[in-house]
Amino acid sequence: MTQVVPPILSVTPSRALVDEKFKVLVENLPPGCPVTVRSLHHSEDKDDWEAYGHYVSDHSGVVSVSEDLSYGGTYTGKEPMGLLWSMRPVPGSRPGLRLRKMNVCTPMLVTVSVHSGHEGFRDQAPLASVLTERWYMAPGIRRININEQGVQGTLFIPPGPGPFPGLLDMWGGGGGLLESRAALLASHGYVSLALDYLGFDQESENLEFKYFETAFNIIKDHPQVMPDRVGIFGLSLGSLVAVTLAAYSTIVKPCCIVCISCNHYYPARGSTVTSKFEGVTRQLSKARVNEDNQVIWKDVALEFITDPSNIAEVGRINCPTLLVNGCDDQNWPTVETAEDVARLMREAGKEHLLSRLAYPDTGHLIEPPFSPHFRATTFVMRSSKEKVILLWGGQTKPHSDAQEDSWRKILSFLQFHLYCSPNLKAKI
Amino acid sequence: MDRKQCCVKLSVQPSRGLMDEKFIVLVQNALPGSQLTIRALHQCEDGHSWEAFGHYTADTTGTINEDPSIHGTYSGVEQMGLLWSLRPIPGSKPGLRMRKKNIQTPMEVTVSVYQGHQTEGFADLVPLSGVVVERWYMAPGVRRIPVTEGGLTATLFLPSGPGPFPGLLDLWGGGGQLVEYRAALLASHGFASMAIDYLTSKFTMKTGKMVDNQYFETAYRVLQQHPQVCGSKIAMIGLSFGTSMTLKMAIYSEVIKLSAAVCISGSHVQPVEGSVEEIMGFFQKNAGKTRFNEKNEVIWRDLLLPISTDPSLKADVGRLQCPLLLVVGEDDQNWPAQESALDIKEMMARAGNSHLLTVLSYPNAGHLIEPPYTPHARSSTFKTVEIQEKVMCLWGGQTVEHFRAQEDAWKKILVFLRENLYGGRKPTSFSHL
Repeated sequence: MTQVVPPILSVTPSRALVDEKFKVLVENLPPGCPVTVRSLHHSEDKDDWEAYGHYVSDHSGVVSVSEDLSYGGTYTGKEPMGLLWSMRPVPGSRPGLRLRKMNVCTPMLVTVSVHSGHEGFRDQAPLASVLTERWYMAPGIRRININEQGVQGTLFIPPGPGPFPGLLDMWGGGGGLLESRAALLASHGYVSLALDYLGFDQESENLEFKYFETAFNIIKDHPQVMPDRVGIFGLSLGSLVAVTLAAYSTIVKPCCIVCISCNHYYPARGSTVTSKFEGVTRQLSKARVNEDNQVIWKDVALEFITDPSNIAEVGRINCPTLLVNGCDDQNWPTVETAEDVARLMREAGKEHLLSRLAYPDTGHLIEPPFSPHFRATTFVMRSSKEKVILLWGGQTKPHSDAQEDSWRKILSFLQFHLYCSPNLKAKI
Repeated sequence: MDRKQCCVKLSVQPSRGLMDEKFIVLVQNALPGSQLTIRALHQCEDGHSWEAFGHYTADTTGTINEDPSIHGTYSGVEQMGLLWSLRPIPGSKPGLRMRKKNIQTPMEVTVSVYQGHQTEGFADLVPLSGVVVERWYMAPGVRRIPVTEGGLTATLFLPSGPGPFPGLLDLWGGGGQLVEYRAALLASHGFASMAIDYLTSKFTMKTGKMVDNQYFETAYRVLQQHPQVCGSKIAMIGLSFGTSMTLKMAIYSEVIKLSAAVCISGSHVQPVEGSVEEIMGFFQKNAGKTRFNEKNEVIWRDLLLPISTDPSLKADVGRLQCPLLLVVGEDDQNWPAQESALDIKEMMARAGNSHLLTVLSYPNAGHLIEPPYTPHARSSTFKTVEIQEKVMCLWGGQTVEHFRAQEDAWKKILVFLRENLYGGRKPTSFSHL
């Protein structure tokens, strides 16, 4: 029978979407008590990720992570969400890890705990801990495997009658099917198709866009989708698909496009994106390796895009375009790319269609908010199967701020172009 | 404007909340000044459909946010009206009461917005937008543990974390069964809570005999000895007949030492030497005082009136040594909670322990003062363990005032438990409730 009265820890809300904020509160501590608040997540890959902040309780025995300053840990200062975005693999983990949730039907489980003291807080059992759920899918979202007309992907449909705007969602050259962002976009009211394309778009030369056009039309033709309100969302290689479809396709006309860490390197018209990517990665074998053995593609890639004949004719784009990039991107010259896209669109009289967000000290992998920052992670080269550590760039705090800021602005951009009624649009 | 609007955006935050958490319903992108109906639909475990709705007018930006409902199952600015004003859809059978049995899954509510001010026929209308909201009794990480030790029929809910946690024994009333939802919710607020079936336990169903007073002491011991329970900080919460047992244990048990007691909609009138069976027999003896209203609904509040002056027929609250919180609905038609509360107050004043007593008394609230944001049942079909036939029991209460009583009482119960079981610092984490 124990006599000690424990502190009370709460995380509110205890179940939330991954892009929603929470409030972490510790009560019933002695006044002026040094404690460490820690988060722990056991990933699907069986690695442990953690974040922690050192705090001191006030005169009423309270620590409020939303209001108080962290004096040290994986984050400092007033950071309500630091326990998530500053997560990194626990000491002793394998190097080059990246956190990605593959099964979006279950939540990410995070245990938030409070420990006595600052240094050596890990040596004792926590004083209290609570479990919190972080979801990619809002209640009522339907997840449907797509395997039709040769297209592979996953479709997410919001609850309700619709009709809804649609989004074609593509990640980058890492391959595999990442559903997390599409699920989250559906939670914000968009019918979203996460498209698996690397290796799938093996079509003949004069049908280079066929795979993507077919995917786009699967969304557009869905009975719950507004056919004139379908956009494209791409990151890295996915953004190359977005700009080239918008510039060249005669079959599909996206309502708007969002390009994160934009790539406009288009060396050979007619070949598939997969073969283009494989060609590029072969050329990138010349890439520089830094003192930490991390591969930097940016500089070599910069040479590729200086030749204007290797660039997609983005001046042909006729829809609103949002470019988001990090100024410390070490993987692709996205700063130069964004400048170049702006110049080309300006020269074509399309400047009014372009919006840009460029974030200092931010890297290549700009993901939805509160996900951890990865400065460098293991990457399997598609053709050679060689494992390298790719440097993405960015410093954790500015990169996390960029993720939070850009997501809000991306949602606002999508809401404006895909949801706003024509009446309201005309007034602005 | 009759033209169908498209792209009206509806959101409910949080989309997954605890049963006692507030949410915010937001409508955006509607035509400015348009008339809209926001409706909630829930199909309960018994298969019955419940609905609530409010009539709104979008403002000049096409938004509905913290605006008054002009008309509907609730009116005025009512953030949680879509839940507490839920009622069975037209054509449902009478006397329904919403109670969740399986608390490991959430209550799912579909919230939709419709064009115009609609009052019926929703099933045939296509909404402009709809979302699904989950309402949970169990916070993530709360563990549900069936308890059969010592012949008990009970369920223990442990909060997430290492503990130790203060403990709580949770008793419901004369309908019996193992009712888990309040204990699950209390565990979500940091109390190791054991819901106890003391009227229809496996023992009783098998032998036909009621449990004796040791049954409650066994429950207390099992809780006290649990490695994650702080054995010196155990409270008891009882509603209706559960109040009778709570007071009996708090005052007379040699084994049970409570740090606090919460008694909702009950009375201290009982034969003090009595077991469960004897107390029930005592009520039965007074069955002749049963009344019926014009709808033939059963009123049982008179069975214990007038409050006896015979000390052998009242739990001696003057001997209480722990804080007691009494929750009373002044329109309680099932038990004379208000009269009992007054008598308890007098007895404790005479004995000199009134500093232990807090009474929360709510005008126009009925008998079933439960955690907030579930529908109010002014009457419902009910079967007690003594009379094996179903009657239509009048609980009392007017919907709006009853809801306000539930909301206020629950907050105060949580603060009371927190102060007495966790220590006296003023809690800040209930502000979202």
